Amino acid sequence: MAKYAFFLGCIAPLRYPGIEKSTRVVFEKLGVELEDLTDASCCPAPGVIRAFSRTTWLAAAARNLALAEQKGLPIVTICNGCYGSLFEAAHELNHNDEARAKVNEILAKIGMEYKGTTEVFHFAEVLYKEVGIEKIKAAFTKPLDYKIAVFYGCHFLKPSDIKNLGDTEDPKILDELVEATGCQSMPRRQKTLCCGSGGGLKAAFGDVAKQFTQTNLENMKESGAQAIVDVCPFCHLQFDTSQAALGFNIPVLHLSQLYGLAMGMTKDELALGLHKVPVEL
Amino acid sequence: MEYKADPEFQKALAAVGGEGASLCFQCGTCTAGCPSGRRTSYRVRKLVRMAQLDMKDEILNSEELWMCSTCYTCVERCPRRVPIVDIVVGLRNLAVAEGKIKPAHKKTASNLYTMGHTVDLPDSMKQVRASLGLPEVPPTCMANEKAFADLKTILDAAGFDAIVKE
Repeated sequence: MAKYAFFLGCIAPLRYPGIEKSTRVVFEKLGVELEDLTDASCCPAPGVIRAFSRTTWLAAAARNLALAEQKGLPIVTICNGCYGSLFEAAHELNHNDEARAKVNEILAKIGMEYKGTTEVFHFAEVLYKEVGIEKIKAAFTKPLDYKIAVFYGCHFLKPSDIKNLGDTEDPKILDELVEATGCQSMPRRQKTLCCGSGGGLKAAFGDVAKQFTQTNLENMKESGAQAIVDVCPFCHLQFDTSQAALGFNIPVLHLSQLYGLAMGMTKDELALGLHKVPVEL
Repeated sequence: MEYKADPEFQKALAAVGGEGASLCFQCGTCTAGCPSGRRTSYRVRKLVRMAQLDMKDEILNSEELWMCSTCYTCVERCPRRVPIVDIVVGLRNLAVAEGKIKPAHKKTASNLYTMGHTVDLPDSMKQVRASLGLPEVPPTCMANEKAFADLKTILDAAGFDAIVKE
């Protein structure tokens, strides 16, 4: 089993450390080795920082990619935003000598060079493709039987022409990963609707962002789901923090936390007490 | 409607990764599936058309430019595979270069510039991290002054200080 450079990002370690913790435990139990990508920064965020200055975004992302390159390891992320940024930056820099030369002019100021060899993976992709459903099932010790609203978010699968992780209109990968625990993925309307927080929308037009979230919550409630399972701390933050004002109370779990529960981790070990919507399952 | 077309606009947009607007034949599939357009006055098709017509000032001054959540639904469904999100991002880069940035966005930019991350690390969170057996400060540039200094050098070299400080 391969080894990965673990990219933490911002929201997981600084707002929901239970996501970081559960990822470490779950991957260890599955035999996937994680080495911290020490000294890394924000990816930087694709919807905001990239929208302010593409040059800055690419240069700072290149620094993160170069840190992994120095370790000779591929990167694994636990966030759609980090995945989106680092994957797209790597896609551009690994295949475009001119873009890489330009970025290396900036990296040279700190004595660094990016050679263009780092690969970037989303943790759910590693679980699905490298570990595989059967091996995952064998590692679970506690059968779960919750009804789940599976939430893909946007930047895990899209843009699909470079990510190649399957259909974006009716995706299956996360449903299979969730159902491996014994839980049931509940069909619902507009399953691939954005949570609302991306692209700087949450910061600039928070009310509009909440309208996206509300539609999602209405559809989730209608589906009979007892909990939301996401693969992105930023979607997670949006669903967890906006429900009280919108009049909903559907607990929110990152997939790594659901897997933690299925492997016998306690609510304290998953830091579920930090969640605004009480996780009472 | 009268407007002043900027003949250098396409070149400037391409320089920030926003090429491809000319591919659009205005079918409107993007707007039909846009979750923001359903809830706001943002119209993707119109924005791309305005880009085709070099309507720089109208675009860079519009509130709608900031209503896209970059969900990529439009890009996935576009029959010409116009890189719409890249165009929106490019247009935003041009707006920010003219000093048109929202206070909330400037705060996020400033967080990256001062902490290396988009959010801070409160003391209470350090305690939670410790209780989980995690290092109080995540092992990122937050925990290493030299790494943070390196990041800042890069941000400055890329011109990000101008966005944060202006």
